[in-house]
Amino acid sequence: MEHEAHNPALLHHFADAQQQKNAASLGMWLFLVTEIMFFGGMFCAYLVYRLAHFNAFAAGSQQLSILLGATNTAVLIISSVTVVLAVKAAEAGKRKVLVGYLVVTVLLGMTFLVIKGFEYKEKFEKHHVPGPTFQFTDTFDDNGKQIPVNPKEAELFFSLYFAMTGMHALHMIIGCGLFSVLAVLAWKGHYTPSYFTPIENAGLYWHLVDIIWIYLFPLLYLISRHS
Amino acid sequence: MSEPEEHTSRPQGFYLAIGMGLLVLTATTVGAAFVNLGPFNPIIALLIATIKATLVVLFFMHVKGASEKLTAAVVVSGFFFLAILLTLSLADYLTRSWR
Repeated sequence: MEHEAHNPALLHHFADAQQQKNAASLGMWLFLVTEIMFFGGMFCAYLVYRLAHFNAFAAGSQQLSILLGATNTAVLIISSVTVVLAVKAAEAGKRKVLVGYLVVTVLLGMTFLVIKGFEYKEKFEKHHVPGPTFQFTDTFDDNGKQIPVNPKEAELFFSLYFAMTGMHALHMIIGCGLFSVLAVLAWKGHYTPSYFTPIENAGLYWHLVDIIWIYLFPLLYLISRHS
Repeated sequence: MSEPEEHTSRPQGFYLAIGMGLLVLTATTVGAAFVNLGPFNPIIALLIATIKATLVVLFFMHVKGASEKLTAAVVVSGFFFLAILLTLSLADYLTRSWR
């Protein structure tokens, strides 16, 4: 193949733009695999303690708001759709559409964080934050039967709740920052149909954060709700 | 390259349909949580979550139709090692009462 009009984004050690894109995507996925294992450790700890202290975990779960949790799930799913449409707009070279979707994504991410903030506030008010002021007097409602719960075990549930949702929220904050920077760069015209790898890779990150929430929501909010 | 760039993305309507599917599955999992299915409650919840995660990985993260098969291998190996972590840990904790 002859030397064609040079794509300034193509680095000299790649044969062509497609190979460069594949390499970037592979590298991003390797990072995401480390993220899967990182959250996987917490999920594993959660499963082990949930099996050991099921009643306390169910009682703790019944204190969470399904409405807020489900709303946040929907917000994240919609933000994943806007991200995938942003990537599509970048691929088509539609700069303004791309910026629009990136901004909407950041706003949806912030909506998620604000709702999460209200949930955390309620936990502080009810003394459900692990630590010296932790109090838990609720019982596990098992089909009308009220089973008393060891507050120490409920504290374990809320420790895992804060560790997992807090780490997830940190990832959301990083994602919002990332997409804000990308929106500015996209506005300045940094991305063209032949180079929009940062948008694609940030999108992969955002989808992974979405997937983690997809598992956190049923595991934390929906334990033994029927009754 | 003079050949046309590979387009991994699909029509907008396709992504909206997947998004709608994910929202419907979310509503389903909330609804299922209020029905007493005994030990099947967590199984159904995790099954629905896994369907949702699979949809996101395949269609939003473009693993299906990716030109590089190595990416798919990395993705599968990531979840495979997570499965090892969870199964071996639970194989211990779930069987401690069996004596």
